[in-house]
Amino acid sequence: MLLKNTYNELIKIAAKPRTYISFIAITVLVGIILFAMKVDGPSYISFITASFEQTLAFEGTIMNGHLMAFIILQMLIVQIPLLVALVTGDLISGEAAMGSIRMLLTKPISRTQILLSKYFAGLIYTFFILLWLGFMSVVVGKWMFGLGDLIVLNSDGLVIVGGNDINWRFLGGFAVAFFALTTVATLSLLLSCFSENSIGPIVSTMSIIILFTIIGTLDVPVFDNIRPFLFTTHMAAWRSFFDDPLPVADIKQSLLVLFTHIVVFLSIALYKFNKKDILS
Amino acid sequence: MEKIVEINHLVKNYGKFKAVKDVNFHVNRGDVYGFLGPNGAGKSTTIRCMLSLIKPSSGSIQIFGKELSQNRNEILSKIGCIVEKPDFYKYLSAEKNLEIFGRISGADVSKKNCHKILDFVGLAGREKDKVSGFSHGMKQRLGIAQALIHNPELIVLDEPTTGLDPQGIIDIRHLILRLKNEQNKTVLLSSHILSEIELIANRMVIINKGMTVVEGDVKELLNQDELIVVFETPQVQQALSLLSNIKGIEKLSDNQFQLVLAKNEIAQINAQLVNNGIEISGIETKRKLEDYFLKLIQS
Repeated sequence: MLLKNTYNELIKIAAKPRTYISFIAITVLVGIILFAMKVDGPSYISFITASFEQTLAFEGTIMNGHLMAFIILQMLIVQIPLLVALVTGDLISGEAAMGSIRMLLTKPISRTQILLSKYFAGLIYTFFILLWLGFMSVVVGKWMFGLGDLIVLNSDGLVIVGGNDINWRFLGGFAVAFFALTTVATLSLLLSCFSENSIGPIVSTMSIIILFTIIGTLDVPVFDNIRPFLFTTHMAAWRSFFDDPLPVADIKQSLLVLFTHIVVFLSIALYKFNKKDILS
Repeated sequence: MEKIVEINHLVKNYGKFKAVKDVNFHVNRGDVYGFLGPNGAGKSTTIRCMLSLIKPSSGSIQIFGKELSQNRNEILSKIGCIVEKPDFYKYLSAEKNLEIFGRISGADVSKKNCHKILDFVGLAGREKDKVSGFSHGMKQRLGIAQALIHNPELIVLDEPTTGLDPQGIIDIRHLILRLKNEQNKTVLLSSHILSEIELIANRMVIINKGMTVVEGDVKELLNQDELIVVFETPQVQQALSLLSNIKGIEKLSDNQFQLVLAKNEIAQINAQLVNNGIEISGIETKRKLEDYFLKLIQS
């Protein structure tokens, strides 16, 4: 029954016009960034590398597809949670607003299975969003700008990743990003269980992300103890895959924090949804 | 008679507000059962409890001889329902909606079966149309289709004629009678319109303020020998003096009084009044239950 309803949920997601907003948004945004880089990329790159040019000599093409993909990911990974919440925040509350939840919950399938099937469908949607972002940034980026070594500017300095050492790092980065977006999807699903309109959970999800991000970036000692436990702190963990050497312990720590959030959010969502009186 | 629904001392509280205080009734297999009550009586809350949409505060709900709270999925697999108005996925076609609800009901969701059901409810030719373009009556028919797709034993329809035009009401009524007559389904039908229940139900319960008022056979409850008879006359005081020995006589206004009489006594009382020089300008009869129900609605 779980599989049958997951299939149902995918049909619903695929039929909703709002689903395609995300794909269109990614296409347009990445298109604009790639176009801008194609036209004005060298001056942008020289601005970044100016401080190193006196001590380092760069050979080959710095502005290659790998760098484009990295820049795009860095720019867009902040906006993707909104695109995820747009659909996952609507999974329960949208049905409540439409009234179809009454019909759905009178069918011989448990509420736990209904929620989980919606969750799985939401994760599949999230995966496809990320896949599309990956395709647009990595594949189209490489096609437009060619291959080469990736130069990443970290807080510790410059990291140069060899061209043949990059693909697995992108794969790892996307896997961690998927984990981070799963946390966002779970949070918006949880908020969706408390709401009877679609907008509330979407806005609430983004508000929480913004609030936690501000707390996480404010260099105030009072937040020092909280910061490591905020999921937003670990949403950029994908970037660790472009450090050398690979900070395995940090990545594991981030995954653990994100996983804990996923489990807690999902448990509360299941509890709330199972207890909920359907009055709409 | 096999009882397929048995509700005992059902209570549902929302904080301090008691939506359902003490509802009791049972539905036999093959009944078209009328669930009657004025707006706010607790009908929808009771139905939502029966369908596990809300959890009762106390009381027991047994359906097909099993406790609902412990056998939810098994029981729901044998029930088809519409709760209040049927709301569908507007961006999907009628056929796709039916397929979605049928799939999780364990039904055969082949095109052939979906089309057969849509044909039965009068939606043939509209299978591919999006629900967003459907009228309320068409959504109601589609609601009945989704309630029927898994061939349930019990069909629960919560106010299925609300918001329909007269022709729509007749169509839904015929559809319910076809379910009973052609498919031998048990139907529980809630309504706040007594005449609607009288036309199609064989048994009924009336609830008010969250409590069962009366339950029984529709014919027995409505075709009682005793009738409430309202006489219209400019000489109300004289008439009251003349008939003072009759129990339950009551002045309604300056030109109306009422009393409870058997059918065959009406002509006799009328003759008595006329013979005593009391001019009768009108006689109106009401069944006791109908009168009671009208008062409930008006209050």
